Amino acid sequence: MDKKVHYLPLAKSIVLLTCLLLYFSVVEQTVAETIHQERSIYRDIMVVQNGYRRCLVFNVHRGDRNQTCVEVNDRDRLVFSYTRMSFAGLLLQPQPETILVAGLGGGSIPMTLNNLFPEAKIDVVEIDQAVVNVAKEYFFFEENDNMKVTVKDARVFVKRAALRGKKYDYIVLDAFGGDYIPEHLLTREFLGEVKTIMAVDGVLVANTFSTSRFYDHESVTYQDVFNEFFNFKLPTSGNRIIITQLSSLPPRGELVTRAQNAADRLKKYGVPLLEYPARLSTRVDWDMSRRVLTDQYSPANLLRDN
Amino acid sequence: MNQTKTQLIPGAVVIAVAFVSGFCIMTIEMLGARIMAPYFGGSQYVWGSIITIFMLALALGYLLGGRLSMRNPNPVTYAMFFIAAAVFSLPIILFADVIMQPIFLTIDDPRYGSLFASIAMYFVPTCILGMISPYSVRLLVKSHEHSGHMAGKLYFVSTIGSAAGTLGTSFYFVLYFDVNQILWGSIAALISTGCFILLFNYFLSNAASRSQAQNYG
Repeated sequence: MDKKVHYLPLAKSIVLLTCLLLYFSVVEQTVAETIHQERSIYRDIMVVQNGYRRCLVFNVHRGDRNQTCVEVNDRDRLVFSYTRMSFAGLLLQPQPETILVAGLGGGSIPMTLNNLFPEAKIDVVEIDQAVVNVAKEYFFFEENDNMKVTVKDARVFVKRAALRGKKYDYIVLDAFGGDYIPEHLLTREFLGEVKTIMAVDGVLVANTFSTSRFYDHESVTYQDVFNEFFNFKLPTSGNRIIITQLSSLPPRGELVTRAQNAADRLKKYGVPLLEYPARLSTRVDWDMSRRVLTDQYSPANLLRDN
Repeated sequence: MNQTKTQLIPGAVVIAVAFVSGFCIMTIEMLGARIMAPYFGGSQYVWGSIITIFMLALALGYLLGGRLSMRNPNPVTYAMFFIAAAVFSLPIILFADVIMQPIFLTIDDPRYGSLFASIAMYFVPTCILGMISPYSVRLLVKSHEHSGHMAGKLYFVSTIGSAAGTLGTSFYFVLYFDVNQILWGSIAALISTGCFILLFNYFLSNAASRSQAQNYG
């Protein structure tokens, strides 16, 4: 009896304290301050700051989608799982000298690559000048002698690069429009053009979503162009990263060795490279009977929700 | 004498075929951006180029069609607009790459690239399709008092056709067919419409001459 009397107020205060803590953590999460907002010809752009986390948000009205986030007090750390996942391409090409990134966003992928490989020549192609301005002003993105942004449609950029005989060791496709990847950047013909600007030992890393019916079309198309690819998914992310190269894919043992070699360098960016080799799968988990997306047939954004 | 000739094709037929032309114009226009994206990208200016060229071509078509309607308006010329528009749309399917490749190579700026590509591919067929509207008005109008009413009716139907073509293409056709299949469909529709007018005209003029012969007999 005595004990009960003593413990009750303690339990009460613990409950109260937990409630308060929960309340404040919720309040802190919901109180996000919009520090910049603008409408470009392609989309609405918003920069939202929440504590130390600053995010670039596109498509503000329908299902806010964070394009890139950065921790302003720890700028090197990559906030999103899919951004970290895109560095799995280094398991196939550990020392890229020429890099192409299609789609700037907040610029975290090109900036990290520039940090990792200061000598590498990095081309970034972004369709929207407003995104470039926002990345520079709010996301610490800076062009330098080795990293240049071109404001252009990625398809046009790749076609021109192919004409000039340009080759890249590392290509990241991360171009997203309002809803998804623009249709003309999903077709067999486009991937064929990308193939022509890949160096012999170059790697292609494409960020996609792992959503329903469209996933099948996309997978079938990549398979059609590259025969095989690593399908990289993590339970923590709705993204699926496609990683492929011109020659046949390396065995897992080699990936593990490379992960061990590079893991330390990637630690400060929060990329758990050692966990990745086990997750790179070549297993077909899509419906092979789906139609390949071509310039003639690419209703990608209509298929997505079906 | 012109009077009897223009009467050879009933108003309902003119209205119906105007729907087809409106439908096909927008089907072809909606596919324009898709066709040009591989060379000039999916940027806003590609749509700008397409719409500009369609508007200019239609404007010129209206002018020329109106002119032509002053000289002996007849169903055969009318049918020829549909068939010619179909024939001049063929390069969009058969030579799209041949047309766009050199433009892409010579013009670096995709705005002007897409503008010239639009001119090369769309100007002529759209201009011919534009001739159909004023010519239709001429075939429909039998008196001054009715001219405004007929023109209104015609633009109503052909614009509804355009709306249907836009919606059908962008919502549904692209989901089930290749771009070229949809274009072939439009070409087939235009040619069939032209042939339909010719046949209609043929049977009606036969019937007319027979009744005329009977009258004289």
